[in-house]
Amino acid sequence: MPGLLSRDVHLPERTLASHYDVIVIGGGGHGLATAYYLAKDHGVRNVAVLERSYIGSGGTGRNTTVLRANYKTPETIKFYKASFDLYRTLSAELDYHTLRSERGLLWMAHSEAQANSQRERALQNQVYDVDTVYLNAAEVHEVCPQLDMSCGGRRPIWGAAYHLPGGIIRHDAVVWGYATAASRLGVQVHQGVPVTGMVMEKGRCTGVRTPSGVISAGAVVSAVGGYVTQITDMVGLKIPIITHPLQAFVTQSYQPVLDRVVASADLHIYVSQSARGEMLVGAEIDPYTSYSTRSTFTFAASTAARAIDLFPFMAKLRLLRQWTGICDMTPDYSPLLGPTPIDGFYLSTGWGTWGFKAIPIGGKAMAELVATKRVPEIIAPLGLDRFALDRCVSERASAGTH
Amino acid sequence: MTLKLTCPNCGPRYTTEFWFGGEPVPRATPAAPGVDALRADFERVWLRTNVAGVQSERWFHHAGCRRWLVTERDTRTNVFHGHG
Repeated sequence: MPGLLSRDVHLPERTLASHYDVIVIGGGGHGLATAYYLAKDHGVRNVAVLERSYIGSGGTGRNTTVLRANYKTPETIKFYKASFDLYRTLSAELDYHTLRSERGLLWMAHSEAQANSQRERALQNQVYDVDTVYLNAAEVHEVCPQLDMSCGGRRPIWGAAYHLPGGIIRHDAVVWGYATAASRLGVQVHQGVPVTGMVMEKGRCTGVRTPSGVISAGAVVSAVGGYVTQITDMVGLKIPIITHPLQAFVTQSYQPVLDRVVASADLHIYVSQSARGEMLVGAEIDPYTSYSTRSTFTFAASTAARAIDLFPFMAKLRLLRQWTGICDMTPDYSPLLGPTPIDGFYLSTGWGTWGFKAIPIGGKAMAELVATKRVPEIIAPLGLDRFALDRCVSERASAGTH
Repeated sequence: MTLKLTCPNCGPRYTTEFWFGGEPVPRATPAAPGVDALRADFERVWLRTNVAGVQSERWFHHAGCRRWLVTERDTRTNVFHGHG
């Protein structure tokens, strides 16, 4: 099995053709997975993925690698569970080691109201066969003895929804795995190729413009993240997306002490320990819209203080690296994917702070949509029409620690 | 780096003293007959320009003068261009 140890991750160099059956804009996880499943499930192999930078340079390479399915609406619990199940067998599927690790994920409650909400989460998950149980404070202490149960004396832990299979994975390996597997099936992955315009004929999208010229296509899929509205502006489509930064940091490596993923909506943070021993801390989005990936001291200082409330031993650690990604945020914190009013133009966006865990199912469903022209049932509630029909899929309480 | 914004009443302050109010939105008006009211609400409430460039936006100085201000900021660099 190739992978991180053999470093066999190069992609074959190919020249850009003048036509493809499908062009996917954006070489992140969703774009690469869409191309992979088009080739694998539907035999559509004349596919190009156009990435303006390097693959995985956006949200897929900047997220905090948590895999879980503990959502709260029927539509999304089913959706993320399907993704989680695909992730379970992804290493074998792609013949690429993804370092997936099931850790057990605690979603903590620091008040009676939160405790009731987490009990409800556990019950809803169980209805859809997602393995989540409610733990009281004593049980939380048992599964994660490193926690300060008083949370610095300020927010005592009441209990938690414990999502047993929740865990982490190597995000770069997901990118490289999909890219190399798609390439083996004939998909062309072009890095350093920006899309500068779209070709429209009689209201139909028939290709894209690049610095190397026009490339025609039977269908164009935008799998662009934070910059998606620049693409939709090119086709004259308005979508309810605003772009917010999201920051995270890791500490220096520490001995392996934390084998859970711990999230707290009251503290607006979550913490895990990477395979390299770094303590990884993520949080909610920055409060203002921006395309800047510069990190802020405010974030590092306030987030570190809250992490130390949870895990006092982290006070001894030093911050090693801090970074920022930009997120395509929808009003209801659920993804936006499906066909658009523009013939030949498909959208996979609105992945906000919750997209990484949805890469396999997002790619598989988009591939089915593009290949068959029918909207798969699993993404039917997540279309662009839902907002104007007042059928939002509200997931703010599950999509992150907001 | 932490962003600094010049409040017309209080002077330069960190943006942690403010709430971000986003792009200015027109006030709601009753839907005209024959107009899809849900569609009109959707467009007013959720559609934004989301520009990668200079954006007009509102901030509320909750830890200072407690007044709204409108300013301009380049969303690519976070450099503020205007005062309230």
